[in-house]
Amino acid sequence: MDILYKIFLDPFVQMGTAPDLFVQTLWEGVVGGMLYALIALGFVLIFKASGVFNFAQGIMVVFAALTLVGLYNAGVPAFLALGLTIAVMFALAFAVERIVLRPLINQPDIILFMATFGLTYFLIGFGEFVFGGDPKVMITEQLYLPKGTITYKALGGVVSLQKLDIAAAVIASIMVAGLAVFFSKTRIGRALRAVADSHSAALSVGISLEQIWVIVWFAAGLVALVTGIMWGARSDVSFALDVIALKALPVLILGGLTSIPGAIVGGLIIGVGEKLWEFYWGPLIGGGTDSWFAFVLALVFLLFRPQGLFGERIIERV
Amino acid sequence: MLYREAGQFKTNYATDQAIFPILQDRIGIIIILFIAFVVIPLTGNDFFINAIMTPFLIFSLAAIGLNLLTGYTGLLSLGTGAFMGVGAYACYKLTTVFPNVNIIIWVIASGFVSAAVGVVFGLPSLRIKGFYLAIATLAAQFFLEWCFIRIPWLYNYNVSAAIEVPQRELFGIIVTGPRATAGTRYVIVLTFVVIMTWMASNIVRGRIGRMWMAVRDMDIAAELMGIRLLPTKLLAFAVSSFYCGVAGALLVFLWYGGAESTVFSINESFTVLFMIIIGGLGSLLGSFLGSALIYILPIILRFVPPQLGLPLHAATVEHLTFMITGALIVFFLIVEPAGLARLWQIVKQKLRVWPFPY
Repeated sequence: MDILYKIFLDPFVQMGTAPDLFVQTLWEGVVGGMLYALIALGFVLIFKASGVFNFAQGIMVVFAALTLVGLYNAGVPAFLALGLTIAVMFALAFAVERIVLRPLINQPDIILFMATFGLTYFLIGFGEFVFGGDPKVMITEQLYLPKGTITYKALGGVVSLQKLDIAAAVIASIMVAGLAVFFSKTRIGRALRAVADSHSAALSVGISLEQIWVIVWFAAGLVALVTGIMWGARSDVSFALDVIALKALPVLILGGLTSIPGAIVGGLIIGVGEKLWEFYWGPLIGGGTDSWFAFVLALVFLLFRPQGLFGERIIERV
Repeated sequence: MLYREAGQFKTNYATDQAIFPILQDRIGIIIILFIAFVVIPLTGNDFFINAIMTPFLIFSLAAIGLNLLTGYTGLLSLGTGAFMGVGAYACYKLTTVFPNVNIIIWVIASGFVSAAVGVVFGLPSLRIKGFYLAIATLAAQFFLEWCFIRIPWLYNYNVSAAIEVPQRELFGIIVTGPRATAGTRYVIVLTFVVIMTWMASNIVRGRIGRMWMAVRDMDIAAELMGIRLLPTKLLAFAVSSFYCGVAGALLVFLWYGGAESTVFSINESFTVLFMIIIGGLGSLLGSFLGSALIYILPIILRFVPPQLGLPLHAATVEHLTFMITGALIVFFLIVEPAGLARLWQIVKQKLRVWPFPY
C-alpha cells in the first residue's frame, strides 16, 4: 500500500502543494525539450530530403559551436566568427555531398547511416585536432544574448526563468517559422519537398538532387549552429556532451522521422516528461533515470504507433 | 592455379554439405588454426597476445553475435554493449555466489542469462522495423547501463561500484584473475571463439539460418510462406544476445580482469556495429575482418608516428586516430559497401580463374 501511495498519489500531492516547484520543473523541461527538438529538426530535414539517417547531426551541433568559439578565441570578432562558421558549415555540407553522398548514391539505407558514423568520427577528431579537446565557454555576451534571470513571485513561491532560455525559445520559434515558410513558399522549398516525396520523380522533372542535398545539409548545419549556441550557452562546449544528441533519437521516434512539427512536439514531450519523471518519480528507484526515460517512453510509444505521432503511415506490400 | 576446385568431386551428402567443401580451404583453415593454437601462444609476447589477439577474438565473437541479428535477420540493434554487460555481470554474480562451479560453465550460463534479457528487449521487434527498432534497442542499452550502476546487488555492494574478477582455476591452472598468464587466457578465448563460430556457421546454413534470411529479405513474404515471425525474430535476439553475453563475460573475465558500467556504454555497441558493417553484413568471416580492422587499426595508428620519429603529442595522436578511423570507414564503404568479406570473395574468384581474367 505504501509503495502504491508513493507511486500514484504522492507525486501529485507534491505537485499540488508546491505549484511553484512544479512550474519551475515544467519550464526546465520545456527548455531541455527545445534543445532536443532542435537537434531532431536537423535530423528530420536531412532524412526527408535525402533519406539519410544522419547520425552526425549531434556532432555537427558541437562542431559548429566549437568552430564559432574557436574562431573567436583565435582573435576573430564575434560576428565575423559567426559568418565564418556559417561558411564552414556550408563547406561541410558541400564536402559531405561530394565526398560521402555522391559515391554512395543508391546504396541501402544502412550503408548511408554507417557513412554518417564515419563522418561523426571524422568531425570529432577534426574538431579536437584544430580547436583542442578542452571544454570552452560559449561567447554569449559578444553575440548580444541576454543574461541573468527573471524572478517573480507566483503560486505561493518563486519561479525564476533564465533570460537566455527565453531568448532561445524565441529564436527557435523564429527559425522554425522561417523554415516552414521556406519549405512552403520558395522554389527551392518546393523542390525539397518533391525530393522528399520521390527521388526519381524529382529527378525526372529536372530537379538536381546534388544541389538539393547541399542545400539541405547546409540548412541542417545552420540549425546545428543555432542549437550549438543555445546549448553551449547553458553548459560548456565540448564533445563530451554528445550523449545529448542521442536523446534526439527518441524524440524522432515520438514525432515520426519525417515530420517537422513532430520533431518539435516530440522534443517538448520528452523534455518535460523526463524532467517531471526524474523530479517526482526518480528518487523512488534511485535517481539518474533521465538517462533512459526518453528511450523507454519512446519504446512504449512505438508499440502502439510504430510510425510515431505524425509520421507517414507505413504501408507494406509484398 | 593453386586455388581451384576442379576435380574435387563429391560422392556423398556429407562431403557436399561440409563447411569447407574445397580442399584448399580446408588446408587454409588448418594452417590458421595451427598458427592460432600453437604458434601464437608459443612465440607471441605478452603484449601481442594480451593487447591485440585476445581482445580481437572477443570482439569478433561479439561481432558474430550482432551479425546473426543484424546481418542475417535484418534487425538493427544498438544494444550490443548492454547485452555484453549482462553477460559480464551475470558471470560475476554466478561465480561469486557459487565459487566452486567450473568457470567455463558460468561463462556459458551467463550467455543464457543474456539471451533471456535479449528476448525481452526483442519483443518490440515484431511491430517496429528498421531505424525505429534501432532506437528502441537504445532503450535496452541505456536502461541496462543504468541498472549496472544503480542496482548494487549486481556488483555485490562494492564501494567502487565495479566488478573485480576473482581467481578461478581450470584443471589446476589459473585462468582468471590477475595471476593468470596471457597465454592461458588467450587459448581459452580462442577455444570459445572457434567452437562458437563453428556453431554459428552451422546455424546459419541450416533451417534456422534460412528462416532468418527469409525474414531479413522481406518479413511479410516470409510470413506468407509459413515462417512464424515472432519465434523467429525472438530466436535471433536470443542467439545473438547469447553470443554477446559470452563475449562480454570473456571480455571482463579473460581480458580486463575487472570492469565498471562504463565499459559497456553505447560506444561499445557502436564499435561492434562498425565491425560488422565494415566487415560485411551477413558474413561470419566479415565479423573477423571487421573486428581486425576496427580494433587493430587504431593500435597501429598509435604506433606509426613514434616509429617514423614524429614527435606527436598523445592527445594529437588520439585526435588523428579518430579522424583517420572516420575517413577510413567512409573510404571502405565507398570502395565496397558490401564489406571486406565481399572483397575476399572477389579475390577468391580471381584466384579461381587465374591466370585468365575470367
